[in-house]
Amino acid sequence: MRKDREYSDIPGTYVFDPHHSRMGYRLNMFCMSLNQEANRDEFRADPAAYLDRFPMTVEQRAAVENRDWVGMLRLGGNIYYTFKIAIFDGLTMQGVGGKMSGVSEAQFKQMMIDGGRPPEGNRFEHEWGAESSNNCTDSKGA
Amino acid sequence: MANLFAGVGTSHVPAIGAAVDHGKTQEPYWKPLFDGYGPAREWMEKEQPDVVIVVYNDHASAFSLDLIPTFVMGVGEEFQPADEGYGPRKVPVVKGHPELAWHICESLIFDEFDITIAHNMPVDHGLTVPLSIMCDQPEEWPCKVIPLCVNVIQYPAPLGTRCYALGKAIRKAVDQYPEDLKVAIFGTGGMSHQLQGERAGLINKDFDIQFLDDLSKDPQRLVNIPQVEYLRESGSEGAEMVMWMVMRGALDDEVTEVHRHFHVPASNSAAGLIILENS
Repeated sequence: MRKDREYSDIPGTYVFDPHHSRMGYRLNMFCMSLNQEANRDEFRADPAAYLDRFPMTVEQRAAVENRDWVGMLRLGGNIYYTFKIAIFDGLTMQGVGGKMSGVSEAQFKQMMIDGGRPPEGNRFEHEWGAESSNNCTDSKGA
Repeated sequence: MANLFAGVGTSHVPAIGAAVDHGKTQEPYWKPLFDGYGPAREWMEKEQPDVVIVVYNDHASAFSLDLIPTFVMGVGEEFQPADEGYGPRKVPVVKGHPELAWHICESLIFDEFDITIAHNMPVDHGLTVPLSIMCDQPEEWPCKVIPLCVNVIQYPAPLGTRCYALGKAIRKAVDQYPEDLKVAIFGTGGMSHQLQGERAGLINKDFDIQFLDDLSKDPQRLVNIPQVEYLRESGSEGAEMVMWMVMRGALDDEVTEVHRHFHVPASNSAAGLIILENS
């Protein structure tokens, strides 16, 4: 994440700005391909061969293969694109939300039922502590 | 003459559509949300708009990073439900109103809004979920629909002031359309939610309630909310609420709130719905 924007100090948030979009173009376009059933079938049949068709960086490809949901965001992924991999895997948005924030799907779902993650303490990076800036896996949930 | 008489603001959470599609609306998780949609559906049935302009965003369905138009109006005869990765939603094909849509596009461009014009544009949950919320599960949608797709995924999204001005320009165009048509406009998306990152799950109820209040009490405050405030306060995906400003701009300065519903959660989001009529 670049640090020179007015939104740079929002913790745990990867704003899909021009810098991010350039970095993530190929990763996101791979995700986009999963809108087509024929492509989903090919990806299911032979994931490695299918990924070979999309010239991502080594790091991006590893993040896809490891289903590193936050890693994909750091490498330029956009959640609406990367979520297509989650759909492919049969995951819910709450399951992925849990994985990104370091809790189980059940815990994440319960946090939402209890009113969600509150804005208090979650607006600015400094509220999360210096060492956790955009690397925090500690949930500051309700 | 055509009459743009009312606006609806509503969330378009995909899980709400899935709850309708899979018959889950009376389950304990979903019932409180759908109970609040009842009066909105009654309103829709009573008012029977001929045409609804739906302001929504595409979620990597019709448009990818290869083409990122800020404002697109659909002028086609019909719009197919998109395959977002699950196969297309089994909802009716969306029927357009090409004549009114072209009239609006022409008027907008003469008004210096250089709208992108689309004939063929699959429509995803951003457009079809609001129709399910307002119309349930009809054989055919009860109104013609003009899609107005707004980029809110690639930062920067258009400003609130610009969305509001677009609403005003749309209103001017509709007012000048010679046929007697009853027209409503839906602004969709939100309310507060964040799908991504370690902060996923953010909900800001106070922000949302104040937002609903100020649609009638102080729309100018809402119009001037900067994008960074949406991002910080309503979550990175809550920022799509700027699309409600197009709807608000198309209404009279004075509006009457006729129904409101707010519920947390719908999946990862706060779900809001409001119906505003010109006073």
